[in-house]
Amino acid sequence: MSDPAELDASEVDREGGELDPVETDGVAVEHDEAEARQETDGGERPKPHTIRLELIDEPGQLLNALQPIADNGGNLLSIFHERGNITPRGRIPVEVDLECPPDRFPAIVDALREEGINVIQADAERYGEELELLLIGHLVDTDLSDTLSRIEESTTASLADFSLSAPEGSDEVSSARVRLATRSNGAESALETVREIAAEKDLMVIEPLTEGSA
Amino acid sequence: MSRKRLAVLGAGAVGGSVVELAAEYGHDVVAFADSSSAVVDADGLDAAAVLDRKETEGVVGDGDPDDALAAEYDVLVEATPTTLGDAEPGISHVEAALARDRDVVLANKGPVAERYADVRALERGSDGRVLFEATVGGAIPVLSTLADYGPAHVTAARGILNGTANFILSRMTTEGLGYEHVLAEAQDLGVAEADPAFDVEGTDAALKCVILANVLSEARAEDPADAREFTLDDASVEGIKEIPGSALELAGEGGRTVRLIGEATPDGVRVGPRLVPKNGSLAVGGTRNVVQLEHVHCGQLNLSGRGAGGPETAAAVLADVGRLS
Repeated sequence: MSDPAELDASEVDREGGELDPVETDGVAVEHDEAEARQETDGGERPKPHTIRLELIDEPGQLLNALQPIADNGGNLLSIFHERGNITPRGRIPVEVDLECPPDRFPAIVDALREEGINVIQADAERYGEELELLLIGHLVDTDLSDTLSRIEESTTASLADFSLSAPEGSDEVSSARVRLATRSNGAESALETVREIAAEKDLMVIEPLTEGSA
Repeated sequence: MSRKRLAVLGAGAVGGSVVELAAEYGHDVVAFADSSSAVVDADGLDAAAVLDRKETEGVVGDGDPDDALAAEYDVLVEATPTTLGDAEPGISHVEAALARDRDVVLANKGPVAERYADVRALERGSDGRVLFEATVGGAIPVLSTLADYGPAHVTAARGILNGTANFILSRMTTEGLGYEHVLAEAQDLGVAEADPAFDVEGTDAALKCVILANVLSEARAEDPADAREFTLDDASVEGIKEIPGSALELAGEGGRTVRLIGEATPDGVRVGPRLVPKNGSLAVGGTRNVVQLEHVHCGQLNLSGRGAGGPETAAAVLADVGRLS
């Protein structure tokens, strides 16, 4: 089991299905390498991806969300429209499985975001963690858009959702809820950046309690 | 369980309840003192009469407070108000009892939050023991669970350790009311004190977390005398006064809520408002407290209940007395 050639052979066999499993020498390894080269040269094979969206409960929203996928070379595999699982804000979670060449996947996610569609998760690896926090203070006076763009610029996080509440008017203390999508293990560094920006602008940050990591 | 002779220092809600309930638990109160008076009776006090006198005359007896400390008792119950910094006079009371090889049960957080190393050093030099279940989480058996399950196997303790702050936050959330409004209501109900700073600024929760951190840290030291000691100064503390109702509303949109959460690990203490799942085990309502222990073999253990109150805290004190066999 510890022979690397043998491991290679079994992998190829699983994908291709045409190799004799007894063939554990250099032939199998060469075949494997040849296949990898071929993929890179001829455009990579489509790979499956999963995207989780939250849609507003209005006609046409699902269609709007699927169009950018098709436009950017994504091939839909399945759509799970979770009507029975509406979020507290009345959004409908939708899970889309699609297939596309790996290099086109980021373009699909970007296109969805440009359409204003709330992408909760785009493949577990890419946006492995979510970070939700509240900001409290003179958010408007301290240039809210600067705050948000600096959070996005100086971290690997992207702004997944945002809402502002300023019941006393924009001159008074207001609150914002910010949801950031970060890469796996990126939440802590994103949080650190948010703390720095908040300290500078005299804003209060209410951080999520991360159970199990304290 | 052997019958113990108790000397109770402090005649507030907790001390008074200990005096009232001791007989029910099979113990005798032989001495009782408040800040200005004391009563000593080797045969056991008449609890009702003493408490009535405290109620009507403001004193527990005709003696000097030091008389209680000098009485013939088995266990000193230290229930004087928590003091910060040097933790006096609590620490001196602990020292006096241990010098006579008597056991001490603390309801006063000061000595174990501000001078933990001193308390442990005094204890090592004595045949007496110091127990302090009542200092963390009121009626909730936090420290005894920690002791039973092994603090060395617990990586963190977190939770809601102040009922007043929790009442205010949960009421602001459910009723959509502002901080000042709910605080006034809490004061009317007797849930918050006239000066609520100790509770709403997070100090009280921080003291409890400091005690937990001391226990967790001590369990990891090769020699307990070398354990890292925590005091309130080592804690990062943020209160709830600045939280507007709008923030709580926004938290609800995401299926979460804001609670004043204290966290203790062997490496530090942090108290502040945090986002927790709205229906999660830490989002208790009203004045309830909850403590979650992160145990390497058990995962999460959640303990919840009343975190304050005279009879509740006295029950924790008397449970400690029972552990001193």
